[in-house]
Amino acid sequence: METEQLIRTLAADNLHRARPVGLVLTTALLAAAPVSMAMFLATLGVRPDVMTAMHNPFFDLKFVVTLALAISAIAVSLHLSRPEASLKGWAWLLLVPAGILAAGIASEMMMPQRLPMLTRLIGSNSRTCMTAIPLISLPLLAGALIGLRHGAPARPAVAGAIAGLLSAGLAATLYASHCTDDSPLFVATWYTVATALVTAIGALAGSKLLRF
Amino acid sequence: MRETEDEWTGLMRLAISGDGTAYHRLLKAVTPVLRAGARRGLARAGQPIDQSEDIVQEILLAVHLKRHTWDANAPFAPWLFAIARNKLIDQLRRRGRRVFVNIDDFAETIPDEPAAETASAGEIAAQLQSLPARQRDVLQSIAVESASIKDTAAKFAMSEGAVRVALHRALASLTAKLREQ
Repeated sequence: METEQLIRTLAADNLHRARPVGLVLTTALLAAAPVSMAMFLATLGVRPDVMTAMHNPFFDLKFVVTLALAISAIAVSLHLSRPEASLKGWAWLLLVPAGILAAGIASEMMMPQRLPMLTRLIGSNSRTCMTAIPLISLPLLAGALIGLRHGAPARPAVAGAIAGLLSAGLAATLYASHCTDDSPLFVATWYTVATALVTAIGALAGSKLLRF
Repeated sequence: MRETEDEWTGLMRLAISGDGTAYHRLLKAVTPVLRAGARRGLARAGQPIDQSEDIVQEILLAVHLKRHTWDANAPFAPWLFAIARNKLIDQLRRRGRRVFVNIDDFAETIPDEPAAETASAGEIAAQLQSLPARQRDVLQSIAVESASIKDTAAKFAMSEGAVRVALHRALASLTAKLREQ
């Protein structure tokens, strides 16, 4: 085909309007969320003492950390859906949840504790945490990748990794309401391992699916 | 050069607001620049430059299908060259070359007087045959026979809306097929 002909054809299709990436991503995540929610409720469910747990600031802190991760990853992933965008100037957003968590660890250190540090870190749910977060995140990761396919990321693996962070953040928010380990040390260890796993899956899938 | 780029940005804004003529002018204006960049990139990678037109056409398709990712408040050229680099790298990888694309392959020199040149490439034409019949008919009517949407609709007894949908789907599936190669 002649390039001239192609140009004429593209111009004829000028009136077609694609939806913004943010809208497609939101729709895909909203479609995936009930699936993840159902998986969570069917297997784990919210912990029975949730009403009293809510008075423990370290229980609440888990949600602040996981939601901060999800929100900053959503912002970064939308930024990266533009081909000329890079992580420069945006990567610090992803450090916000880590910073909140570090502040949590510091304040726990300053309080008198019943249990020794290592016991709090190891907790009693580490294995569940490391399996549940990745599994619950899979539908959300699929939704995030479908949404971001609508964009044009210059580095598909990086965009996929951010999609992994995003879905791990959302999945961890659900899981946090089940888990009885509230120490920031536990969160910093096991949630991070689970999130790293989902991020790696996201990077791998993204390198295949997010090319445009 | 700065003026050229500002002009592109203006044309793209018009295009987004529905001006098909501005869009046509823009695509015609950027094509020689893309062609020069593709040739430079292929030459740098030690590849024959006769594939450059395939790259140009792939870039144009990607520009078209991803133009909603352009921020209308940002200049158009950096966005365009980012897409172009991406497609050049794709094409070189497909040929098993591990190559660094020079950031400036596309931005370097914008020809003041673009040579009037018609060029043809084989990859899109080859993929055309694998499209569903209706999409192929519509695409060929508009691309090859230069029929308007309206004439195409009359010819195939379709509504203009259906022609538009078929045309867009044809372009999207062509792009998907080129990517899967």
